[in-house]
Amino acid sequence: MFDALSEKLSGVFDRLRRRGALNETDVAEALREVRLALLEADVALEVVKDFITKVRDRAIGAEVLKSVTPGQQVVKIVHDALVEALGGEGAVPLNLNAPAPIPFLMVGLQGSGKTTTSGKIALRLREKLRKKVLLASLDTQRPAAQLQLAQLAERAGVASLPIVAGETPVQIARRAMDTGRREVFDVVILDTAGRLSIDQALMDEVRDIRAATDPAETLLVVDAMTGQDAVATARAFNEALGVTGIVMTRMDGDARGGAALSMRAITGAPIKLTGAGEKLDALEDFHPERVAGRILGMGDIVGLVERAAETIDQQEAEKLAAKMARGKFDLEDYAGQLRQITKMGSLSGILGMLPGVGKIKAQLADANLDTSILKRQAAIIGSMTRGERRQPDIIKASRKKRIAAGSGTSVQEVNRLLKQFDDMSAMMKRMNKLGQKGLMRHGLGALMPGASSGRRPF
Amino acid sequence: MALGAFFGRLKQGLARSTEKLGQSITAVFTRRKLDDAALEELEDLLIRADLGPEVAARIVASFRRTRFGRDITEDEVKAALAGEIAAILAPVAVGLSIDPAHRPHVVLVVGVNGTGKTTTIGKLALSWREQGLTPLLVAGDTFRAAAVEQLQIWGMRAGCTVITGAPGADAAGLAFDALGRARAEGADVLLIDTAGRLHNKSALMEELRKIIRVLRKQDPRAPHSVLLVLDATTGQNALAQVRVFKEMVDVTGLVVTKLDGSARGGVVVALAEAFALPVHAVGVGEQAGDLRPFDAGEFARGLIGL
Repeated sequence: MFDALSEKLSGVFDRLRRRGALNETDVAEALREVRLALLEADVALEVVKDFITKVRDRAIGAEVLKSVTPGQQVVKIVHDALVEALGGEGAVPLNLNAPAPIPFLMVGLQGSGKTTTSGKIALRLREKLRKKVLLASLDTQRPAAQLQLAQLAERAGVASLPIVAGETPVQIARRAMDTGRREVFDVVILDTAGRLSIDQALMDEVRDIRAATDPAETLLVVDAMTGQDAVATARAFNEALGVTGIVMTRMDGDARGGAALSMRAITGAPIKLTGAGEKLDALEDFHPERVAGRILGMGDIVGLVERAAETIDQQEAEKLAAKMARGKFDLEDYAGQLRQITKMGSLSGILGMLPGVGKIKAQLADANLDTSILKRQAAIIGSMTRGERRQPDIIKASRKKRIAAGSGTSVQEVNRLLKQFDDMSAMMKRMNKLGQKGLMRHGLGALMPGASSGRRPF
Repeated sequence: MALGAFFGRLKQGLARSTEKLGQSITAVFTRRKLDDAALEELEDLLIRADLGPEVAARIVASFRRTRFGRDITEDEVKAALAGEIAAILAPVAVGLSIDPAHRPHVVLVVGVNGTGKTTTIGKLALSWREQGLTPLLVAGDTFRAAAVEQLQIWGMRAGCTVITGAPGADAAGLAFDALGRARAEGADVLLIDTAGRLHNKSALMEELRKIIRVLRKQDPRAPHSVLLVLDATTGQNALAQVRVFKEMVDVTGLVVTKLDGSARGGVVVALAEAFALPVHAVGVGEQAGDLRPFDAGEFARGLIGL
């Protein structure tokens, strides 16, 4: 029962796909599994019920039963319903359609990630939209919360409101807006203290803050690991404040999907952003179709490409692709790739976006993939001569010893790198042979002969 | 905080979680027999309390065996359900005892981000201080902005020394030095805070193991307790959290926080069944006194609405 939702569902659908014709019992059985999987993924019960009813009505339609590929049909129906429940196609941007300084109000339970998210949004507005952002912490409850936001502001390269001891949150909010007007800020992000939805005094307080600042966005920050309580929280905050958007944090954990579905269903507000890491740039747009695809085990290729496009040097990538196509891929190129992968963030995060990786993910986790391995590998390649990088075959025992000493590693590690490089070259050859179509049909698994025998693909 | 106010707060907190469940059960059972429909609704109620579909189904199945088709009053259902849940929880309701012989008894506090590790440490330090022990705190979260300052403020409140390192410093090295100092000073407890980490990040989990490895160079039995702090709003993912943390750092007990909210923390029942780890304490507020021992009967009755 610890399996991720996507693995559960792909198991069910694998069985369905193999069936020739489906009857109502088949559909009902599949939907029971879907219901259980959704519940285990912490989708709120009432949301699950609605979802299942919708899917059942469509799935039992005559088309499905008469269809030649009924399993595929059901998969498609579940996928479409999931996309719809998550908010339809496309990401909804933050609302900047208000006179400056535009107030953003961040609200949520304790520990949901409001302060970190505030810092991330500030960085995104500054970097991508060239906005002048002021961060203001209204959290007078938790020790050092104001200091935390000030430190994050510094990292994000934006201003933070000077801390004045003894002010109430409403007073701080007013001062933040005054400062925003006087010093001509584009956006003022008001980070509030975490509060329980049932704490009347604190809910009244945040209502007062809202009344005093009239925010363009009231963002409810929610931990992706939230259970059934998502319903109570979403409802309470939405009724008190009118939530305009939701930010799901900790999407880099293994609890994906559940709370997002509930939140969206209860508030009707779009999920605008997702947090997927502790670094300040780990903030992504929420794309319902991608998350639905991820839940169903179809991977998040678009997200991967997008992330890659942001970090990878276009020219270098083209050169590399040409070399790969010609089968001339050497250790120098490998080192270049390592640098770019490191720039893209954690490996497990990237792998999570690939289709078909769900099943081998557990093995990958065991293999303890982290970017420090990549750094060591870069060091090893750095200790080689140019000739060695272009023609790794010439590296024998004494060269290995020298390289190990030069990079502060061991001969075993040098061996491992060379072995991996060999595997990789072999993989490239297979990829060229399979071509684009083959890759789509067989998924990543086709490229990884070693995955099933526990060998590392990297 | 005065004791009366404290119990008032707890009662308030639990009463709220209870009310809803209690009302719904009342609605189901004053009216009819314990038939299929009623059993299904009962299962739904348990799922809504975060017990998880599997545990909910199991509890309902046992109801079906013993009580199916009988006319059953609301009180009977509640009492039986509470009894069932309390029986699952009773073995795990074990307090955290500090062994003065260790000097210091090393307590490593771990968990995912935002569950309330630092706040829990502050509360623990204060309660041990009140018992006349001398705790030493280690600000092992060198990653998150202002985490050190947050613990320092708690240290001040509790009157405990807080050992800190530079931002981004190696938490294991800091813990090692702190243990040396605690031994030299004869502290009773060494409470080590750690940065929050998601259990599926193996590199970060490896860092935790490193802390334990270096502690053992000084005291082969350290850490004597490894506390996993769990947020009560967490759903079924808590099972994955506990499983991985237990595997990686040999968690010895749980602290469940934020039970004063609308979340019922029903996943604790599933956890008790799956792992049988002691639940040492529950957090019911942000104030220093808002940490209390876990009582199985009280928790179960709270869930059911008795």
